[in-house]
Amino acid sequence: MIGIGLGFKWFIFVVMALTAVGSSLMMVTRKNPIHSALWLIVTFFSVAVLYVTLNATFIAVAQVMVYAGAIMMLVLFVIMLIHLEWGAQWGRKKSFPKFIGGFITLILFVQILAGVYTYSDAGQHGIYTAQKLAEIGNTRAVGALLYGKYAFAFEVASILLLVGIVGAVLLARKRNEQER
Amino acid sequence: MEQLITLGIMVVKNIVVVCVLMGFVAYTTLLERKLLGRLQVRPGPNRVGPFGLLQPIADGVKSFFKEDIIPDEADKTLYVLAPGISLFAALSMFAVIPFGPTVELFGQQVKLVIADLDTGLLYLLALATLGEYGVVLGGWASGNKYGVLGALRAAAQMISYECALGLAVIGTIIIAGSINLSEIVNAQAGLWFVAKYPFGFIFYLVAGLAEINRTPFDMPESESELACGFNIEYSSMKFATFMIAEYAHMFTVAAIVTTLFLGGWMGPGPAYLGPLWFIIKVFAIIFFFIWERGTYPRARYDHIMHFGWKFLLPLTLLNVVVTAALVAMGVL
Repeated sequence: MIGIGLGFKWFIFVVMALTAVGSSLMMVTRKNPIHSALWLIVTFFSVAVLYVTLNATFIAVAQVMVYAGAIMMLVLFVIMLIHLEWGAQWGRKKSFPKFIGGFITLILFVQILAGVYTYSDAGQHGIYTAQKLAEIGNTRAVGALLYGKYAFAFEVASILLLVGIVGAVLLARKRNEQER
Repeated sequence: MEQLITLGIMVVKNIVVVCVLMGFVAYTTLLERKLLGRLQVRPGPNRVGPFGLLQPIADGVKSFFKEDIIPDEADKTLYVLAPGISLFAALSMFAVIPFGPTVELFGQQVKLVIADLDTGLLYLLALATLGEYGVVLGGWASGNKYGVLGALRAAAQMISYECALGLAVIGTIIIAGSINLSEIVNAQAGLWFVAKYPFGFIFYLVAGLAEINRTPFDMPESESELACGFNIEYSSMKFATFMIAEYAHMFTVAAIVTTLFLGGWMGPGPAYLGPLWFIIKVFAIIFFFIWERGTYPRARYDHIMHFGWKFLLPLTLLNVVVTAALVAMGVL
């Protein structure tokens, strides 16, 4: 039975990994920005399924809720609001920024490959094994780590977000005063 | 053999839940029309069968035989996909809702929930946002200006009220100490959370109404301004699918309210009466939804945004802080 389970897990991994790569390719090649956004949602979904196969259900659900749900809804809203899709037939001309973007992507890809081949965690057991996670519960484990060991980093991130919110409020205010 | 039995139980649970849900959805349309009729001092549909009982079937057959129109301007794939997304989200939300305790059936311990997820509550919140994509994409893909306006309103409303919705359930998580729905129900054994945490219940009901786009929050549809908004171009079975999804989503929200605040399956009597109590409570909430629809007019769009951001959101935030403080002091 374990053999069947492992085979099924492997099958899910392959399908979802291919979906993630394929949909991100579709995302960068679509002309219509709404289609791009939808393909990005598919990517987020398949990555969430990959998290589930790694026993990280909390991260997976949070990914779907925050990225695939809220943030992409905001992106869709903005695209629809400013009607990007009506004048969206921007040309396929090669520009310098695109060249630089492609170059950086290539470098990052090589770096990831190098990282995977030189340093690997495979086979090493951390303290949070699948059995332990099932015992104490996924959410509890993530929560204990976030508010215990990584509390400082968590708070720093929240201050960063607060600064972002203050900045957004400031930008919105400035425009109002100009209108007056 | 044991695995086969587990698999069999799983399949039976799935089929039973979907069939019962679909049956309830069909007859809730009739219930809503009847009750709305009574609230407006008219009898409601009463021609098809005794007391109009065959009306949902007649509606279904009619939808099947209507002409299916796809507008030229439409984004064909998304136009066809959108009702499916809505229905998918509304139905799959039901997978984690516990409708009864663990009971013994034919010598087997059966948990009366399809998937007892560790992160059940978060899963519900995640899928709730996905359901809204059906409405947003349906409106946009129709290639109709009213449709796009409806889609925009749906997106804006969802972003605005999702925060309040999420914050309203945080108090429940704090009190219950878990986001597993079965454990949340078990934590209500002494006193239901509606008594322990009444503000959360009210906030969730209001934000939930906004989530399922019902009056006074039926902005994406608003037939008087947008001529039915997001589903303006839909006809035939695609329109019916949107309707089924809407009612299924209404059931889901009612079931979540029941689970989080009204003690889920709890009630007097033996354990196997659990599902019955659950259904009774769900229908009480559904009755409230219909009653409220017959009572309130549709609010204006800017009022809804104002209410969501400047009233509901600060209140729910305050509610989280106060609840956390009360739990920390050991009052709750």
